[in-house]
Amino acid sequence: MGAIRLEKVRKAFGEAVIIPELDLDIKDGEFVVFVGPSGCGKSTLLRLIAGLEDVTSGDITIDGTNATELPPAKRRLAMVFQSYALYPHMSVRKNIAFPLKMAGMDKAEIDKRVSNAAKILNLDNYIDRRPGQLSGGQRQRVAIGRAIVREPAAFLFDEPLSNLDAALRVGMRLEISELHQRLKTTMIYVTHDQVEAMTMADKIVVLHAGHIEQVGSPLELYSRPRNTFVAGFIGSPKMNLLTGAEAKKHDAATIGVRPEHIALSTSEGMWKGTVKVSEHLGSDTFLHVETALHPEPLTVRADGEFPVHYGDTVYLTPQADKIHRFDDKGLAIR
Amino acid sequence: MARRVTQRRKIGMTVLAWAVGLLIFFPILWTFLTSFKSELTAISIPPQFLFFDWTTENYATIYEQSNYFHYMMNSIYLSLGSTALGLLFAIPAAWAMAFSPTPRTKDILLWMLSTKMLPAVGVLIPIYLLFVNFGLLDSRLGLIVVLFLINLPIIVWMLYTYFKEIPGEILEAGRMDGATLRQEITQILAPMAVPGIASTVLLNIILAWNEAFWTLNLTTSNAAPLTAFIASFSSPQGNFYAKLSAASMLAIAPILILGWFSQKQLVRGLTFGAVK
Amino acid sequence: MATTHTKSAARAMMAPSVIALLIWMAVPLAMTLYYSTLGYSLYNPISTPFVGFDNYSYFLSDPTFSAALVNTLILVVGVLCITVGGGILVALLLDQDFYGVNVVRLLVIAPFFVMPTVAALVWKNMMMNPVYGVIGQFLSSIGLQPIDWMTEVPLLSIIIIVAWQWLPFATLILLTALQSLSSDQKEAAEMDGAGALSIFWYITLPHMSRAITVVILIQTIFLLSIFAEILVTTNGGPGSQSTNLTYLVYQQAISFGDVGAASAGGIVAVILANIVAIFLVRLIGKNLDA
Ligand SMILES: Nc1ncnc2c1ncn2[C@@H]1O[C@H](COP(=O)(O)OP(=O)(O)OP(=O)(O)O)[C@@H](O)[C@H]1O
Ligand SMILES: [Mg+2]
Repeated sequence: MGAIRLEKVRKAFGEAVIIPELDLDIKDGEFVVFVGPSGCGKSTLLRLIAGLEDVTSGDITIDGTNATELPPAKRRLAMVFQSYALYPHMSVRKNIAFPLKMAGMDKAEIDKRVSNAAKILNLDNYIDRRPGQLSGGQRQRVAIGRAIVREPAAFLFDEPLSNLDAALRVGMRLEISELHQRLKTTMIYVTHDQVEAMTMADKIVVLHAGHIEQVGSPLELYSRPRNTFVAGFIGSPKMNLLTGAEAKKHDAATIGVRPEHIALSTSEGMWKGTVKVSEHLGSDTFLHVETALHPEPLTVRADGEFPVHYGDTVYLTPQADKIHRFDDKGLAIR
Repeated sequence: MARRVTQRRKIGMTVLAWAVGLLIFFPILWTFLTSFKSELTAISIPPQFLFFDWTTENYATIYEQSNYFHYMMNSIYLSLGSTALGLLFAIPAAWAMAFSPTPRTKDILLWMLSTKMLPAVGVLIPIYLLFVNFGLLDSRLGLIVVLFLINLPIIVWMLYTYFKEIPGEILEAGRMDGATLRQEITQILAPMAVPGIASTVLLNIILAWNEAFWTLNLTTSNAAPLTAFIASFSSPQGNFYAKLSAASMLAIAPILILGWFSQKQLVRGLTFGAVK
Repeated sequence: MATTHTKSAARAMMAPSVIALLIWMAVPLAMTLYYSTLGYSLYNPISTPFVGFDNYSYFLSDPTFSAALVNTLILVVGVLCITVGGGILVALLLDQDFYGVNVVRLLVIAPFFVMPTVAALVWKNMMMNPVYGVIGQFLSSIGLQPIDWMTEVPLLSIIIIVAWQWLPFATLILLTALQSLSSDQKEAAEMDGAGALSIFWYITLPHMSRAITVVILIQTIFLLSIFAEILVTTNGGPGSQSTNLTYLVYQQAISFGDVGAASAGGIVAVILANIVAIFLVRLIGKNLDA
C-alpha cells in the first residue's frame, strides 16, 4: 500500500547541493521519523517525496510504481504542514472535503467520509467554523482530518506539532500515534523533538547536511550509534564525548558516555570533578561537572534527588559496558 | 493641568485642521453648491453661499440636453472593461511572480513598472495612426485595450504585493489535495485574496475613469467618456457655471465615493508597494 | 515551491502580460523612432522622405521647444515644491489628535479623485475667473485688483491647479509613512530631552525621507506628461507661455500635422522621462530586496 523507496535521490537548488545522493527504503505501514539539525534538509526531503519539489536526479518509487515525474496530487500522499495550511475561507467541513471534491467523489460519499473523520478527530462541534475561529490544536486536527479522508498511501508530516504548546503537543503526539495504530498507514514525520522521535518512530532517519547518518529503530540508535554525530544527536541530555588521554585508554579517538550511564558519588569514583550547575527536578538531578578530563563540563544524570550544589566535589564513574568508542573518523568501533 | 492643556490643544488643532481641510476641499464644495444655483445666482456678486433658492434644474437640463448618459455609460464601460481585462491578465502573472519566483522575476516586475513611465506622448502618433488604420478611432474596444495596457503594470504590482502575503504552503496543500492549476487559482488563491483584488479593482476603476490623455485624443463622440464630455465645456456659450457644476458633480461623484472607500489601498497601489 | 511543472506553468501564466506590455512598449516606440526620421506631414501623407536628424534639429532649435522645456521643468518643480512642502505640513496636521480626523482626511484627499478636465475647468471658471471667480471676488472685496489668471500668469495657474490635484497624493503617502514611525522612537527621543522641533528634524523627517523620494519620483513621472489641464484651460497660451513638452508634441501632431517633428519631440520626452525613471526603478528595486 504505502512502500516508498528513494534511489540515488539528489537535490540541488542552483549551485547549492542540499541533498547529495541518498537511498532510503520505507516499508508499508512504517512510522518513519526524520530528525536532524535545522537546515539539514528534512523538509526538502519530505517535499521531494511529496512532489512539491523536483529531484535533481534519482528515482522515487511509491508502491512499486515510479513516481519521480508524477505531480503531487497523483502520488496518493497526504501532507500535514507545520503552519497547518488550512484554507482560511472555507469551513472545517469544506476544508476536509476539499481533496475529495477535487477527486470528483460524489456528495454522499464525501459527507460520509467527512463526518467519519470529524468523529475520529473530535471535530464534530466545530465542523461549520472557519479555521480562524479554532485553537491551534483544533486546527492541527483539521489538517490531519483533511489528510486522512483521502485514505492516502502515506502521510507526510512536517513538524506538525511545533506550533503547539507543550501540553497540547503531548496530547497530539499520542493522538497521532494512536491514529497510526488504527490506520496502519505509512507515516513520514519530520521533527526537531527528541521525545517525539523516540516515542513515535518505528524507524528513525538521522540526517546531517543532506546525508543519512544512520537509520534504525529508536533503541538501536540509542544503544548503538554508528558515529559521533548520531551519538551526540540522539539522547537527551546529550552524550558526553571525550577525546584525549581518557579516550586513548580505551584505544579510541573519542569515547562517549551518556549522562544516565555515569554513577555519582560524593566520596569516591573514577573521575573527580566540581559541580558547576546543578538542576534539581525532583525526579532527576542533572549536574554539569567540571573535570580535568575535558575542557567542557560533563553532564551527569542521577535518579531522584542528589543533594549537591555549586562548588561541591563529586566523583564520577562511567558504566564500563556503556562506553561508546569511536575512531579518528568518528565511526563507532565495534 | 496637563489634561487641560491637551484638551485646549486638541480644540485648537480641530479648528486648524478643519480650516485646512475645508480650504483644500473648497473648489469641490463650491462646485457642489453652484450646481444647485440658477445660472444667475451662480455668477451673482457677491457670491451666495448657502442661502439661495436651491434648484435641481441644472441636473435636469444636463440630463435632457446633453447626451450625459451616453458619456457616463462610456466611462463605465471603459473603466470596468479595462479593469476586467487587466485582472484576467494580471492574476495569473502575479500568481507566477509571487509563488514561483525566479531570479528574473524582479527584473520583469521592474521592467513592467518602467513601461508605465513611458510618456504617452512618445507613442501618441503611432497609436493614433494605428487606430486610424484599424478603424479603432473613437471605438470603445480600442480605448479599453489602451487603458488596460497603461494600467496593467499597476494591477500586476498590486496583486503581486497582496499575493506575497499569502503563505505558499496553502497553495501547496491545494496541490497535494489534487487541485489543478486553475482550481488552485480560482478556488484557493482568489477567495483568499478577495480584499486585495477588490482594492486593486477599485484603484483601477478610478485611474481609468480619470484618464485624460488617451480618452481625449482617441475619441470624438461615440466612445467618448466623461472626461471628454467635460472638456467640451471649455468653450462656453453664455452663462453656464451652474450647468458646468452640475455636469462636473455628475462626473466626479461616483469616483469620489469609490475613492473615499479605497483610500488605504491607494497608497500601496500608487507607490508600487514601496510605501505600505 | 518549484517543480519543472510549476515553473513552466508560471512562465505560461506570465507570458500574456509580458507579451502584451512588450508589444505596447516596443512597437509604437519603434514606430515613433522611425517616423522621427521622416519628413511626414498629415496633410501630405503620400510623400514621406527620409530626412535623418532634420526633425530633431528642427524640433530642438525651435524656440518654442526651449520655452516648452523650461515650462515643463518649472511646472514639475513648482508642483513638487508645493505638494511635498504642503504634503508634509498637512500630513503632520492629520497625524495630530483632533475631532473629526476621518472626515478631514476625506476632505483633504478628495481632489485626487477629481478628473483632470473637471479640476481644470472648475478652477479656470469658478475659482480663477477675474470677474465671477471666487478668488477674484475675494480680492475685490478686500479692495485689491483681481488678476486674470489664465492670461496674466498662465503657467502659475496651471501649477496651482495641478498642485491642488496632487497635494492629496503626497499627503496620503507621507501620512502613511508618518504613521509607520513607531512611537517608541519618539518617546525615546523625548526621554533623551529632545524638543518637538528636534524630534521632527532628527527623527521624523529622516524616517519620511524614503516616502518623500517616492512621492517626488512618482509625481515627476506623471507631471512630465500633464496634458488635459493645459488643453482645457490655456491651450498652451498665450503664445507658448504655458506649453509643456507633451502639449507641444500634441500640437505639432494634431494642429500642424507634422508627424516627423512630433515624433522627434516624443522621443525627446521619452528620454527625459527615462532619466527620472531610472532613479525610480532603482529605488523600488532596492525596496523589493528588503
Ligand atoms: N527553494 C530553495 N532554494 C534554495 N535553497 C533552499 C530552498 N529551500 C531550502 N533551501 C535550503 O536547503 C537547506 C535545507 O532546508 P530544509 O528546509 O530542508 O531544512 P530543514 O531540515 O527542514 O530545517 P528546519 O529544521 O529548520 O525546518 C537549507 O539550507 C535551505 O536554506
Ligand atoms: Mg523544515
